[in-house]
Amino acid sequence: MADATSVQQRDPATASVPNPAVELSGLWREFGERAVLRDVTVEVPSESTLSVIGPNGAGKTTLLRILATLLRPTAGEVSVLGAELPRNAWLARGRIGYLAHEPLLYRDLTGAENLRFQARLHGLPGDGAERIGLLLDAVRMSRRAGEQVRNLSAGMVQRLAVCRAVLHEPELLLLDEPTSHLDPEAAGIVEPLLGPEPGRARVIVSHDVDAALADADLVLALKAGGTVAYAGPTSGLSAGDARAIYRGAP
Amino acid sequence: MTPESPQSRRPSSLGALRAILAKDLRVELRTLQSVPAMALFAVTTFVLFRYGLDRESLSGGLAAGVLLATVLFAAILAVNRLFVAERDEGGFDAIRLAPVDGTALLGAKAAALVIYLLLLEAIAVPAFGLFFLDTWSGIPPLLGVLLLTDLGLAATGVLISSIAANSRARDLLVPLVLLPLLVPVMIAAAGASQELLAAGGPSYDGVAKWLAVLTFYDLTFAAVGFAVYDYLLED
Repeated sequence: MADATSVQQRDPATASVPNPAVELSGLWREFGERAVLRDVTVEVPSESTLSVIGPNGAGKTTLLRILATLLRPTAGEVSVLGAELPRNAWLARGRIGYLAHEPLLYRDLTGAENLRFQARLHGLPGDGAERIGLLLDAVRMSRRAGEQVRNLSAGMVQRLAVCRAVLHEPELLLLDEPTSHLDPEAAGIVEPLLGPEPGRARVIVSHDVDAALADADLVLALKAGGTVAYAGPTSGLSAGDARAIYRGAP
Repeated sequence: MTPESPQSRRPSSLGALRAILAKDLRVELRTLQSVPAMALFAVTTFVLFRYGLDRESLSGGLAAGVLLATVLFAAILAVNRLFVAERDEGGFDAIRLAPVDGTALLGAKAAALVIYLLLLEAIAVPAFGLFFLDTWSGIPPLLGVLLLTDLGLAATGVLISSIAANSRARDLLVPLVLLPLLVPVMIAAAGASQELLAAGGPSYDGVAKWLAVLTFYDLTFAAVGFAVYDYLLED
């Protein structure tokens, strides 16, 4: 079985991510008359990790979808990997890996077929066969890769979703509660694929405050309603203060 | 940009179209959700027409109307299902995250719908002949009319289906919006078909005119689709 770290093929010498990888200035997003993100300003330098924390309804997933070019901002400036969104979203697409709540896998296809399909959409050489093999080995799904996704457990589907998200070696990884559905052992298996890597910036949504603060360089704390409670280095926010935000502290 | 950078390995639109089409055909082959239902619907409708009209043979405009109306309503079944996986399983997001044009998705779905319609007609046309025709001599030229009709159904159906996919009233929206848009296709297809299915054998009077109308409609809606589809895919 391949070591999980062996699939990290990016050459640090040639990797170049625009600095900053993500730049938000006065970002607003509204659904109808309801604002879910209000005046969010934050900058994520290349090769760094931003943790986004906040209670349900704080707009964390909406923020990730905007960064993934899947949702337009209502107002404000958004730049991802040097591409101004939404106008130049096409420049960023293909360079972002997005691990969402939904696995974004077709249930009637097998795991391997899903990954081959994604590889073809991303133009990977040889339909990504070699890379797919390495990733499936890394998440210990090689033996089950020929089964339809609908027949797999939630944890196995999540492991395949991790493979899908990193298949094209993205320069920006957007992770929405990446270890949901995973037991501790499986979470450990996928961790090397999702961890820090030269040439890759990360934005991680998590409800695990301790892990969010430990893993990140920066933290964005959102209050219910999408108002920014804190945006800055992790050293500036204690775990206690972070938990207070979840309790609705002003 | 390095030789292996994501932008340099951006797949061609045709490559992306082929990938999406292959995925759709593989899913259809595995689940048999669209084509068998369309074929069953068509044959059942012919049985209903046969006994409802109390006629053992049809020709001219009535024959064309029965065949084309049946194909049209069977097509609605497929149009309704065209984007189900994209909507329910995150396919829209997965495809939009990739460096491909939205028109690749449009083209792939249109091609899939045309293939489904051709498969439907491979069953429905012989069944129609068995139920209603005294002579089959009009069938070969009729296939050309059906192909142009299929292209029009696909060009329009894909647009409406993708608009309806994210609506809660999608099952209602597709027929309510699509059917009025397809009136010109049906007029032109029926105009050509009634001559080809005339009693006593096909006549070709005026067929070229109707084929030109069908071709113009197909090209117009294909152009509209390619022009607006990227905007439709955005939120």
